[in-house]
Amino acid sequence: MNAPLINFTFDGRALTAKPGQTLAAALLDQGIRLVGRSFKYHRPRGILSAGIEEPNALVTVGSGGREEPNTRATDLYVYEGLNARSQNRWPSLSSDVGGVLSLVSKALPAGFYYKTFFGPPKLWLFYEQFIRRAAGLGPAPTKADPDHYAQRAAFCDVLVVGSGPAGLIAARDAVRAGKKVFLVEQDAELAPSLLRDPAEIEGKPGRTWAGEIATAVRTSGGRVLTRTSASGLWDDQFVCLSEKLIEPGQIPANGFSQRYWHVRAGEVVLATGAIERPLTFANNDLPGVMLSQAVRTYVTRFGVLPGKRVVVATTNDDGYLTARALMAAGAEVVVLDSRPAPAGHSSGVEVHNLAAPVMARGGKRGVKALVATVDGAERSFACDLVAMSGGFTPVVHLHMQAGGKLDWDQAAQAFVPGETRQNVRTVGLAAEPQPAETVGAAGNPKAAFVDFQNDVTVSDLDLAWREGYRSVEHLKRYTTLGMATDQGKTGNMAALDRIARREGITIPEAGLTTFRPPFTPVSMGALAGLATGEHAQPTRHPALYDLHAARNPIWLNAGYWKRPRAYPQGAETLAQAGLREARTVRTAVGMCDVSTLAKFEVQGPDAVQFLERVCQTTVGKLALGRGRYTFMAREDGLVFDDGTVWRLGDQRYLLTSSTGGASRMATWLSYVRGHLCADLKVSVTCVQEHYAAIAVAGPKSAQVMAALTRSEAPRHMSVVESTIAGAPVLLMAASFSGERAFEVHFDASQAEAVWQAIEAEVLATGGTLYGIEAMELLRIEKGHLVVGPDIDGRLTAEELGLGRMVNKAGGWIGQSCLSRPDFADKQRKQLIGLEAIDGKAIPEGSMLVRFVGAEAEGHVTASGLRVLEGGSIALAHLKGGQARHGEEIYAHSPTRRQTVKVRVTSPHFYDPAGERYRD
Amino acid sequence: MKQIPCPHCGNRAQAEFVYERSADSVVPLDAEPAVAIAALFSRANLRGTEEELWRHAHGCGMWLLIRRDRVSHHIEWVKPIGPEALP
Repeated sequence: MNAPLINFTFDGRALTAKPGQTLAAALLDQGIRLVGRSFKYHRPRGILSAGIEEPNALVTVGSGGREEPNTRATDLYVYEGLNARSQNRWPSLSSDVGGVLSLVSKALPAGFYYKTFFGPPKLWLFYEQFIRRAAGLGPAPTKADPDHYAQRAAFCDVLVVGSGPAGLIAARDAVRAGKKVFLVEQDAELAPSLLRDPAEIEGKPGRTWAGEIATAVRTSGGRVLTRTSASGLWDDQFVCLSEKLIEPGQIPANGFSQRYWHVRAGEVVLATGAIERPLTFANNDLPGVMLSQAVRTYVTRFGVLPGKRVVVATTNDDGYLTARALMAAGAEVVVLDSRPAPAGHSSGVEVHNLAAPVMARGGKRGVKALVATVDGAERSFACDLVAMSGGFTPVVHLHMQAGGKLDWDQAAQAFVPGETRQNVRTVGLAAEPQPAETVGAAGNPKAAFVDFQNDVTVSDLDLAWREGYRSVEHLKRYTTLGMATDQGKTGNMAALDRIARREGITIPEAGLTTFRPPFTPVSMGALAGLATGEHAQPTRHPALYDLHAARNPIWLNAGYWKRPRAYPQGAETLAQAGLREARTVRTAVGMCDVSTLAKFEVQGPDAVQFLERVCQTTVGKLALGRGRYTFMAREDGLVFDDGTVWRLGDQRYLLTSSTGGASRMATWLSYVRGHLCADLKVSVTCVQEHYAAIAVAGPKSAQVMAALTRSEAPRHMSVVESTIAGAPVLLMAASFSGERAFEVHFDASQAEAVWQAIEAEVLATGGTLYGIEAMELLRIEKGHLVVGPDIDGRLTAEELGLGRMVNKAGGWIGQSCLSRPDFADKQRKQLIGLEAIDGKAIPEGSMLVRFVGAEAEGHVTASGLRVLEGGSIALAHLKGGQARHGEEIYAHSPTRRQTVKVRVTSPHFYDPAGERYRD
Repeated sequence: MKQIPCPHCGNRAQAEFVYERSADSVVPLDAEPAVAIAALFSRANLRGTEEELWRHAHGCGMWLLIRRDRVSHHIEWVKPIGPEALP
C-alpha cells in the first residue's frame, strides 16, 4: 500500500516525505545531511539523534505569527505545506560566511564573554556588534501569535511518564488496581522504542500489546496523551504537561495549537528511558556522525538508510543491534568496540576490540572516514556514516525536579534515581540503564565537541579547569556547557568525565548540576494560556461604568479598575478637559464617580475600640451622624493609608480608605481583627462594591443636594440618610477638592437612577462631570494626599504634616515603634509644597536638589497647577522640608532632561483656613 | 506546586494561599517598644522549622498558622486562627 507523499520545503527546496516521518527522517531520506550551522563557530552540522535531545538539527518553521525558531527537526512530524529553514547561516547553508570562524575558533574560547565583560567597556561594545550578528540560533518571531493555547487542570491516581514497555506495565498494573491513570508520551506514537526494536511481549506483537493497554487506560476513566511532554514535576506530584495539538508552524483546524495541563497525581511513575551519549573525538560533530540508536530508529521505524558504509563505534552491547539492523537493510558495517574480546564476537559482524575513534574526516557533505586506535595502533576506516554509542544517560530530570537524589551506577557509568521526597518512582531503563564503559576524549581537543549546541569543546573544559574552575556549577556557567535549549542532554556526562579525569577523581565525586524545568522547551503562549491581551489581567468595572461609557470619557486604568479620567468636549485634549472640569468645580459644581473607594462597615459593642487601634486619630469622640478624616499606620509607625470614618449608628461605623489600597486594607483589617484582637465583639465587613458613590463638589453643591433631597444639606463632616430618585442614600458632607462637597453612597443596583437624577440637577446648575484628572488638580492644590505617591508608607504622621490629628491617648497600632531614635531625626523626609518660580511645569517624579549635580534630597510626588490663577505647584517629599519653607531649590529630571527652579512652601495652596467648607 | 491542608477547605493548591509573615513577627498590641522593634526588624529567620501566618486568600479567606520546614517545605501542621478558632 502506498500512502500519498507529503509535500514540504527545506530552505525553499520542494521535497516530499513519507507519512509519519519526522523532518529529520525525511531529510535523511532525501540524502540531505547538512541541516544547520553551529552556534559559535558556524561548523556544518547534521542530525545527531532521533529525539528531543537533538542539539544540532534546529530549524525555523512556519511564517508570520506562527514562526517558530529552534525547532528540533527530530521532534517535528512533516505535514503538508511545512516550510522549514536552516538557521545561523548567511548567505546560505552550504556557503556560510561565518564558517571561517571555525578556522579561527581561538577567537571565542571558554569564558570569552566574562573576560571581555571585565575588560574595558569599549572593548565589549566593539565585540558586541560582531557577536550579535555571528552567534546565535533562530531569530525570535516579530509578529503576534494568532493561535490560542488552551489550559486544563486534572487529577489522577497514577501519572505514567513514558509509554515504553516499563511505563505500559506500570499503567496496566495501576488500571488493574482500579486506579485512574494518565499515560503521557512525548512521541506521536505509543511505545516508540517498539518501533525501533520490534518485539513480541507476552505472546503478542509489541505494538498490539501496547494498544491493548492504552485502551484499558482509556476505558477505565484515564487518559492517554501522545505528543505530550511532561515538562515539569513540582511539589506534591504536580505535573505540567505540554500537549502539541498540531505540529510547530502548522495552522490549527480549531484555533488551538497546544494544550497545557496542570495535573495533580497521587503517584508519578517515571518511565522516561535513557538518552544515548556521543563519543568524544575530533570532528565528532560532522554531518553523518550520529547516535547509534538514532541510526537504528531511522532504519527500522522510518525506513531510511542514512549511510551505506557504516562504522559502529560502541562501548556497550546496544551498538550491535544497530549493526544488525544496518546489515539487514543492506549496509556494509564494521564495529569498533572499546571493550576487550570476546565482547561482540558472537554477533556475526566484523568487530575490532579495544578500539576507539580518534578523529573523523570529512566536510560539510559529511563524514568520509573514521580514524581510530585499534589495540594501540591507528587505523582509518572509510565510511559515510558513523553510529556511535558512549553508553546511556538515564532521564532523571523529573526525578531531580521533584527533589530526588541521585545514585551512581558503576556498571552503567551513569547517575540513576535515588531517594525521593515525593510519591515518585522511576522504572525501566531510566532506573536500570544498560551496562557500558566510559571512554575518555580522544583526538584534537579543539575539535572534539562535548556540548554540540553551545559549541563547547574538550579544549574549553581544559581551559576552564586550568583557570581554576573546579565545581561543575562554576564550570557550567563559565563554559556555557549544558546551558543551550537542549540543556546538555547528550553532552553533560562527557564533560563530567573530562573534569573528573583532570582532577583525578571519580565522576560521582565531580557531581552533577541541578536539572530544572522545563525538560523540553515550552512555548510562552502555552504558559500564558488565554490570559493574553485584554485578558492578561482582570478588568473591574465600577457600577456606573455603562453610564460613563455612554459619555465617551478618556479612560484611566487605575489598578484593575476602569475609571473616567476626563470627559472631553469637542476637540479638547486631556489637559484642556481636565482643567475645564476643575475650574467648573471651583466656580460652580461638578460630579465624579468615587465608587471604587474602599469601604468597610464596622459594627458591634467594641467597634470604637477596634477603630481606635486601626486609626491613628480619635474615633470615640464622634457624635452620631458625624465623621472625620483619619489615617492608619502599620506596626512600624509609618502611615500607609487614609480615609474617613463615619458614625452611622450607636455601634455602627463606616470606614472608607483609598481605592488602590483597598485589598491591602481588607487584609490588614482581617489580620488586626482576627489575630491582634480576636477577643473584641466587632464585625468588619467589606462593602466596597455594595455601595456606589458619587462626589458632588463646588460652591453650588449644597444647593444641588438640597434640590435633590428636598431638605437642607448636612453641614461639613456630617452624614444623613436621605433619598434621591426614590433610592435610599447616605449623604456625607466631605470634601477632597477644597470646595464644599458631598459624597452620595447608595446601593450599587440603584446606580443608574441616582446618577441620572444628580446629573440632571448638576447640569441644570451650570455644573459638569469631572474625572480623575480634574480630581487630581483640585486635591493637589488643596494639599490633600493620595495613597501611593504622597502617602508611600515611608513617612510618619508627623512627617506628613498630620501630627496634630494624632490621638494623643495612644493605643493605635504603630505607636510603640515611633519611639525608635531614627524617627527623632528632623532630617528625615517630610511632605511639603513646591511652587515653580518661573511658572514651568514641575516634572512628576523628578528629584529635588540644591543645584544640578548635587545629592538628591527628595522627590516630587504630585504635580499640578493653580486651577483658577495658573502657575505650577507640586507636592513633594524633602529632607527636613517642614523647616525649609521659602528655600529655593531645583526639581531635576535627568531622564526627561528638565530642570525647574522651585520654592519650598506649605502643601496647602488653596483656602488653607477651610472657609469654603462653610455654607 | 505544594498542597496545603486548609482546616476549613481540605487539601488545596499553594497558589490559593498567601504567605503573610512569620509568627515571631507578630507585634502584640501592648508590646513594649523594644519588643515591637525586635519582632519587626531583628528576627531569628531560622534555617529550619518555624511557624508562619498564611491566609487562604483565594479560598475561604481565613488566616492560618502553619508550622513549616523552610528547607524541605514540609508542613507539620496547619491550625485555624482568629475568632473562628476561639474555643
